[in-house]
Amino acid sequence: MKLVVAIVRPEKLNDVLEALYRAEVTGLTISRVRGHGGETEQVETYRGTTVKVELHDKVRLEIGVSDSFVEPTVRAIISGGRTGDVGDGKIFVLPVEKVYRIRTGEEDRSAVTPVSAEESGV
Amino acid sequence: MSAADTAWMLVATAMVLVMTPALGFFYGGMVRAKNALNTMMMSYVALGFVGIAWALIGYSLAFDSNGGLLGGLDYAFFRGVGLEAKGSIPHVLFASYQGTFAVITAALISGAIVERMRFGPYLTFVALWSIGVYAPIAHWVWGGGWLGKLGALDFAGGTVVHINAAAAALVIAVVLGARKDYARQAIIPQNVPFTLLGTGILWFGWFGFNGGSALGANTSAALAFTNTMFAPMATLVVWSLLDLMRTRKTTAIGAATAIVVGLVAVTPAAGFVSPVSAIALGGIAAPASYFALLYRARTRLDDSLDVVSAHGVGGIVGALLTGILAQKSWNGVADGALFGNPRQLLIQLAAVVATIVYSAVATFVILKLIALGFRLRASAQEEGIGLDVTQHGEEAYSRGEGAILVHAERG
Repeated sequence: MKLVVAIVRPEKLNDVLEALYRAEVTGLTISRVRGHGGETEQVETYRGTTVKVELHDKVRLEIGVSDSFVEPTVRAIISGGRTGDVGDGKIFVLPVEKVYRIRTGEEDRSAVTPVSAEESGV
Repeated sequence: MSAADTAWMLVATAMVLVMTPALGFFYGGMVRAKNALNTMMMSYVALGFVGIAWALIGYSLAFDSNGGLLGGLDYAFFRGVGLEAKGSIPHVLFASYQGTFAVITAALISGAIVERMRFGPYLTFVALWSIGVYAPIAHWVWGGGWLGKLGALDFAGGTVVHINAAAAALVIAVVLGARKDYARQAIIPQNVPFTLLGTGILWFGWFGFNGGSALGANTSAALAFTNTMFAPMATLVVWSLLDLMRTRKTTAIGAATAIVVGLVAVTPAAGFVSPVSAIALGGIAAPASYFALLYRARTRLDDSLDVVSAHGVGGIVGALLTGILAQKSWNGVADGALFGNPRQLLIQLAAVVATIVYSAVATFVILKLIALGFRLRASAQEEGIGLDVTQHGEEAYSRGEGAILVHAERG
């Protein structure tokens, strides 16, 4: 099992999600974050105050996947998130020691295999 | 000159002026947060760029009576616009009041092209449009031009303001093309309370818009005022019921839209029909715009905030129903088809068609002229980042994290 952590542009989030769904990666968590890569600063002016905004809005995706899904997940994020300009983001693939599904107590591989609500009888 | 008329028109002018910022809130709530300032600015800047164009030349082209098609240049730069009486109010006040109409009409168009037009070309467009499209049509109907002479009834601007703006909106939406995310991603309103706030202020201002179009504190103003109150109420009721039947829920954006549609529809009729007729008119306007909205959303036409469905369809329904429901016993001017004067309906139809044709063609020409020198559309990348940062260098909801102070350049 791996944890895929990706930082992408907020305006590319929908494209990334589309690509992930096409790759049948359905379980994920996103959060709004701010960060700094190598992109040029954005200059804003409010009355006499001019500021450089060095932290840019980004979206972080966290996706727990079984080993066979790592490659498709990463490829989907790259294809959906790329604009070709500096600031497209990063993907980190981290080893995972244990995974539990809270509802059932299932562990590891079966815990990261998605179950649709209908199948589980909810 | 009448002190009472002057007092009412001073207040009415301020009320109509505030409608343009209100429109900014109405529109600004319906776009995405990254385009909130840009959308609101499209309304706010019309106050300056259209208002000054009006003082320099627009007023003269509209109201210096000279021929059927266009006014003259005698009032250019407000020359000869002084304290003398125009009707029963000072001429300067009349010119100011009419200027507030030019401003909001141009701002209305912006709803069709939010989230994608570059700001410089937009400024150029509204200024030129107010001179080349608004002023001539205002002249036709109110300035002694051919539609007024023909007997077209437009109390406060159903054709001049709403149908005119909607025809221009249709053309500019087609010329610019759809937003890159249109029909691909869910684009949902960033702040529905803003839209409701804008609607409330618009309604308040509209009492000045319609009531003030009587140009005095008189019975005609009282009738227009009353109809401006009850017609949108009827639209709101019918719209809410339609919403309930279709989705089992009454939506807030729907209520805001309904009120504006009712106000638009009653605008040409305000001082010409009885209050009961105004209620009928408001009720009829609801399904027309409601189903136009539903239809538009399924097309490729990215008239983003539905200027055509609200102001075009609402305006046409209002203009034609004015030709049916007008009553000489209420307005002292003319009867409509229902009261024995079917010819009035044909005159109304002529006014609608003439306005649409001229506005559409002239808007297209103005856009093509600007496009000779400037790119009208923001790039796909700018659209992605949002127009607030790319066009204005500001954010609507800035958190200030990571903002580093740049010392002011010493001049």
